[in-house]
Amino acid sequence: MASLEHAVAPPVSHHAATSTGLPSLKLAMWLFLASDCLLFGALISTYVLYRGASTTGPYPSDVFDIPYTSVSSFVLLASSLTMVLALAAIQRGDVGRSRVWLLATALLGMTFLGGQVYEFTSFVREGLTLKTNVFGTSFYVLTGFHGTHVAVGVLMLLTLFTLSFAGKITQDSAMTVELVGLYWHFVDIVWIVIFTVVYLIPTNPGPGG
Amino acid sequence: MATVSVPAERPGGLLRRPHATTGFWSWFTTVDHKKIGILYGITAFGFFLIGGSEALLIRVQLARPDQTFLEPAVYNELFTMHGITMVFLVVMPLSAAFFNYLLPLMIGARDVVFPRLNAFSYWAFLFAGLFIYSSWFLGGAPNGGWFGYAPNSVTDPTRGMTFYAIGLLIAGIASTVSAINLAVTILNLRAPGMTLFRMPVFVWMGLVVQLLLAFSLPVITIGLVELLFDRLFGTHFFDVAAGGSPVLWQHLFWLFGHPEVYILVLPAMGIVSEILPVFARKPLFGYQFVVFSGIAIGFIGFGVWAHHMFAVGLGPVANTAFAVSTMIIAIPTGVKIFNWLGTLWNGDLRFATPMLFSIGFIAMFVIGGLSGVTHAVVPSDYQQTDTYYIVAHFHYVLFGGAIFGLFAGIYYWWPKVFGRMLSETGGKLNFWLMLIGFNLTFGPMHVLGLQGMPRRIQSYPASLGLSFWNMVSSIGAFVIAISVLVFLVNAIASFRKPKGMEADPWDARTLEWATSSPPPDHNFEEIPVVHSLDDLWHRKYAETEGGRVVPVAAGGSGEDAAIDEHAGEHGAHGGGGHAIHMPSPSYFPLIAAAGFPVIGYGLIFGVPAVAVGLVISLAGFFGWALEPSAE
Repeated sequence: MASLEHAVAPPVSHHAATSTGLPSLKLAMWLFLASDCLLFGALISTYVLYRGASTTGPYPSDVFDIPYTSVSSFVLLASSLTMVLALAAIQRGDVGRSRVWLLATALLGMTFLGGQVYEFTSFVREGLTLKTNVFGTSFYVLTGFHGTHVAVGVLMLLTLFTLSFAGKITQDSAMTVELVGLYWHFVDIVWIVIFTVVYLIPTNPGPGG
Repeated sequence: MATVSVPAERPGGLLRRPHATTGFWSWFTTVDHKKIGILYGITAFGFFLIGGSEALLIRVQLARPDQTFLEPAVYNELFTMHGITMVFLVVMPLSAAFFNYLLPLMIGARDVVFPRLNAFSYWAFLFAGLFIYSSWFLGGAPNGGWFGYAPNSVTDPTRGMTFYAIGLLIAGIASTVSAINLAVTILNLRAPGMTLFRMPVFVWMGLVVQLLLAFSLPVITIGLVELLFDRLFGTHFFDVAAGGSPVLWQHLFWLFGHPEVYILVLPAMGIVSEILPVFARKPLFGYQFVVFSGIAIGFIGFGVWAHHMFAVGLGPVANTAFAVSTMIIAIPTGVKIFNWLGTLWNGDLRFATPMLFSIGFIAMFVIGGLSGVTHAVVPSDYQQTDTYYIVAHFHYVLFGGAIFGLFAGIYYWWPKVFGRMLSETGGKLNFWLMLIGFNLTFGPMHVLGLQGMPRRIQSYPASLGLSFWNMVSSIGAFVIAISVLVFLVNAIASFRKPKGMEADPWDARTLEWATSSPPPDHNFEEIPVVHSLDDLWHRKYAETEGGRVVPVAAGGSGEDAAIDEHAGEHGAHGGGGHAIHMPSPSYFPLIAAAGFPVIGYGLIFGVPAVAVGLVISLAGFFGWALEPSAE
């Protein structure tokens, strides 16, 4: 809301500037992310509501492998660091270094996605599918929805990486990298919430136990 | 990023952009907010005629007891489609038409901040509407009510509710994108001097509505995704036997659905707040109160959703809390009513058609608001819920409110958009027929509801004593239909009149009237500099020491003198707009949106189409990102 207060202040003639002083694309990205928060909010609420409501197993404690998921969470969070480095590089005008960090971010994202695919497969082998119980239903849809966000982020990072060879990513387009970065950090932060709520807070097994 | 009007000079590459800004095909590639506004308006009006016809079929069926004109299954489809159509395909896009056309003009901008995204929103909305309507030919229309309550919506054997879920998801994407675009436009593209508290009330209501959309649509999106997964992939979100809860759907739906009510009515409130001061020749009474009431309605609107669920059994504490919040939201709404009355008080009133519709709006909305407060009282609601009393209530709010307000706006801004006036005689005939027809149709429903007639029932026996008022109601529905025909004739006839009227036929107060009617592509030759609320009015009139309003001395009232030269980059171009570059048209918004319904059909009929749809949309988005910014 700081931007609003700024705007109420008497008008200063910023010739090329926007009314709030914030770049429009960045404001739009923030609004989109705020809206996206409610998508995740509704899904996480669904998961929490159905915590312990499953009438048959497998239950969370039967399938979760906390050390494994901790490692893949660490990989995802580390990608926020490489994203920051990519942005810092492009803001300095160092396209080569930025390109490397963009690729590193994408690779870390893909590692996380690979880990998620492996995790899902092993859960399915242990008998937990979308249809098994409300735990399976709410778990796969929530984490799958997050995984889709990561995949979209990877696609955007790889697009930036490719465009950089065509000379289309320069110091002038640091804003584009920053926007992808905002999205990427958001997806990481949401994962911290999901990891805590879904994996770390223990759930009582079904109504019977 | 500061303005859309200054392109980066890049040579055209492989991805050439279309040039034509006139002619039939230009409508498919346009990124001009005015043309997109007109597209929204025409499309929404088309759906209004369809949704209205569905209502007429319903009223024919209910005109007399024990009729078999419509099968129960078809009746279910008709009331569901009537609701979906009027909410998502009529009132929302008709409001979007006004927002698209007017917001940039009212804040002194050349276009919205992301013109191609704006075109994308329109096409996605159009495809969502066509997708939902194609269900009539592909295995049955949605039949579970516009609220789509689970588990009924999950277990229904026809494809209707799958079309409902996918169609509304596409419409939701369209609205979310448009909401972000318009909100950033309002915040960032205001002309110099246009501070937030110099914005017209319509712009304020626009901002509140866009934020309501951005924060309520995600909730229904997740509800629809869960419904879709339950229907298509056998998940158990709303399956009681597996531990799921149908009440979750109700929460997700109404947590969106109640803000939605304000999404539908706040635009009309904004329109009326613009019209009353013009036709009373007085400033809006208590501008800040109206603005803050609108904001308050937006906030409290997120805290009242469970009043739709009093009969579900949430318990006395929850019911009481939501009863109280619902009564509280009546306060800012009441404040606005008094502000409008205060504006009329002692005004120099002109009863032109926009004014009549605005006053009709206030009167009908008060009736709808009062009946609304009666079912904020939980024990009273227990008696009223699922009866025609509720149907009466929300039609007074959404037809007597939203539609009357939107018609006021149509009559008011028609000359701005098309450069021709609508006939006043036709307009008054339209208004009185609609007012009488509306009250004949929905007034008796209060009585029917209190007599216990349930909603969503295809017929009723003669012995219940409901026959008389049902017949009155059905006659009223046809009077409304005649009033809409009068409007259509009026609209078509207006195009026979010569174009080229004065820019400001109503002697108005806001910036959209400071440019020609219709406005040029770039809206303003020079971006205006704003010095006060109702800036245009203060350029035309001054107040003497005795408080009398007098025209500004000759020479000062002309537009040329009135519009200050903007010292910024546009000023440098100057010269009648020849050097003002507007964004080039583009094919890609249409292509990107076209993939969505294909994905939708794929989910229903087979996987290959999903892949095809994804490829189409991705091609659209990548082409969009890579095409040169102008040629």
